[in-house]
Amino acid sequence: MTSQVSHNAMSSSTADSASGAWLAYSAGLPVMVGVLAVMFGWHIAVGAKSLPLSTVLNALVQYDPTLFDHMIIRDLRLPRAIIAVLVGAALSVAGALMQGVTRNPLAEPGILGLMAGASFAVVMAIGVFQTVPTVWLPWVAAFGAMVTAVVVWLIAQWAPGGATPLTLTLAGAAITAFLGALISVAHLLNQETFEQLRVWLAGSLSGRRVDVLSVAAPWLCLALGLAMVLSRKVTVLAMGDDVARGLGVRTGWLKVQVLLCVVVLTACSVALAGPLGFVGLVIPHVVRLFIGSDYRWIVPYSALVGAAYLLGVDIIARLALRPQEIATGIMTAMVGAPLFIHLVRQRAS
Amino acid sequence: MSESISSRSIHSSSRLQGESLTVGYDAAPILNDVDFQVPDGQVTILVGPNGSGKSTLLKALARILTPTEGQVLLDGQDIHRSKTREVAKKLGLLPQGPVAPEGLTVRELVAQGRFPHQSLLRQWSSEDERAVNDAMTVAKVIDFADRPVDGLSGGQRQRCWIAMVLAQQTDLVLLDEPTTFLDLKVQVDLMELLVQLAHQMGRTLVVVLHELNLAAAYADTLVMLRDGAIMQWGAPSDVFTSANLKAVFDLDAHVIRDPHSKRLICVPTSAPEPAQHVEVGVRIA
Repeated sequence: MTSQVSHNAMSSSTADSASGAWLAYSAGLPVMVGVLAVMFGWHIAVGAKSLPLSTVLNALVQYDPTLFDHMIIRDLRLPRAIIAVLVGAALSVAGALMQGVTRNPLAEPGILGLMAGASFAVVMAIGVFQTVPTVWLPWVAAFGAMVTAVVVWLIAQWAPGGATPLTLTLAGAAITAFLGALISVAHLLNQETFEQLRVWLAGSLSGRRVDVLSVAAPWLCLALGLAMVLSRKVTVLAMGDDVARGLGVRTGWLKVQVLLCVVVLTACSVALAGPLGFVGLVIPHVVRLFIGSDYRWIVPYSALVGAAYLLGVDIIARLALRPQEIATGIMTAMVGAPLFIHLVRQRAS
Repeated sequence: MSESISSRSIHSSSRLQGESLTVGYDAAPILNDVDFQVPDGQVTILVGPNGSGKSTLLKALARILTPTEGQVLLDGQDIHRSKTREVAKKLGLLPQGPVAPEGLTVRELVAQGRFPHQSLLRQWSSEDERAVNDAMTVAKVIDFADRPVDGLSGGQRQRCWIAMVLAQQTDLVLLDEPTTFLDLKVQVDLMELLVQLAHQMGRTLVVVLHELNLAAAYADTLVMLRDGAIMQWGAPSDVFTSANLKAVFDLDAHVIRDPHSKRLICVPTSAPEPAQHVEVGVRIA
């Protein structure tokens, strides 16, 4: 009898702790949204000219076109902050999805070659046609990312043992290096055109590409929504193809959907901000440390943390050598690399 | 032989059937024109030497592999043409050597078994909660429900996976070598659990096993495969014989009955001295 009671008490306590974790994760989401909002305001406030947060709020809520500060905020700083939020979220979610589906902790758009492919396509299009209508930029990038993804997968598939995490990573690294070399060659052959692309290729939020933003934002948000819908299946797929199929997941179709999602997210990010490294790699790992392996939580948290991270990095990029600006792509790696090494060491011990 | 198989299948009903299954490429099919009916409510154990096609047969039955010829019928429906999620409500699968993602807790792992019962509109329910808790209780993993799976011992981990398949609440469960790499005691515990599922809870189990004595001890129906064909099929007392072990496994063994458990055991014997060995000895002398 006593053992029966104690067993019941035990099972109810485990049930409580499970729902407790669920409550904690749900409660964490609005907290992260709050953090993101503060970072957003702070990001707009800092710059060559510091503005008080009250002015920032006023400009967003009660826009007055006669005030110079409001104009700076609306036309220059707000688009940049929005781009940072969208790109940070997109790259982190793309990285999280790729890590789940390939069961490769190193997977992300940068390492598996998608980002190089998107950049290469954009560079080539501009090199050949001189000017590309901005409306087409995300599609050119998407085309490049898609072709590269397929090529990397085929190379890995041809390797002995098939598309394992190792062969995928190697193929991605090789393709990234190869496309990087081609971009350098194109640069040497046509210095004038590529001088304009130099900052973009380093990864930058300073372009203020409002025209690209209006094209890319809807697709990017759609892909983020699709990522949320797919997240539950990605958790199942992360346990292995056969387990997932046994549970009734159409694994082939799911992989196609995830690939499309990742390509759109990567392409929109590249079109908006150039190739930004490390965000897609580091953020999902940070998120996983705190909330475990369920992609229903990993995906939304990656989006929020990634957005906040890129806002923070961009704040540093603009403040570090004020009034000069460091390209954001340089700062994501400069902040991201030590953070990543720290995480790996912490996991090892 | 096919006559004897069909005559046996009359005795028991079968919801899951393979009809003239051929799996693999034309030149060298791994499974060649196999007919197979899974007896309902029983523990059916597939044994055979490496490369005999036992895992392939299990994967074909579980719709993981698509046969080049023939079909698998679940309740009369071609399983490869049915909606996979509907199939997953009737048929569960535990593949060989599954690996849990790092950090996933036991409860989270077992909860994945509810996947086929959920949809975008129908999320987590109290029924799911109950199924998960029941499965963890039956598989005896509830005491460490909130620990990460990758930190558990091999036997505990395998019980977690079995709990996941149980949470799926399917009448049929297919398991591919669930006892591999486990201590003998843990293997026995797992087999006891599986038999209990079949005999007390009415589940139908098909298990691929490597361990012959374990298979003979716990099978209701023992199926012996070799070279992509079913060689023998029946109750262990009928098919677990010294002659069949020689024919299927090329194993020289005595089959004896344990006086206490009445279970059959095979004891390998050394093969007769090969002739050339003696010759070499003579030459040296």
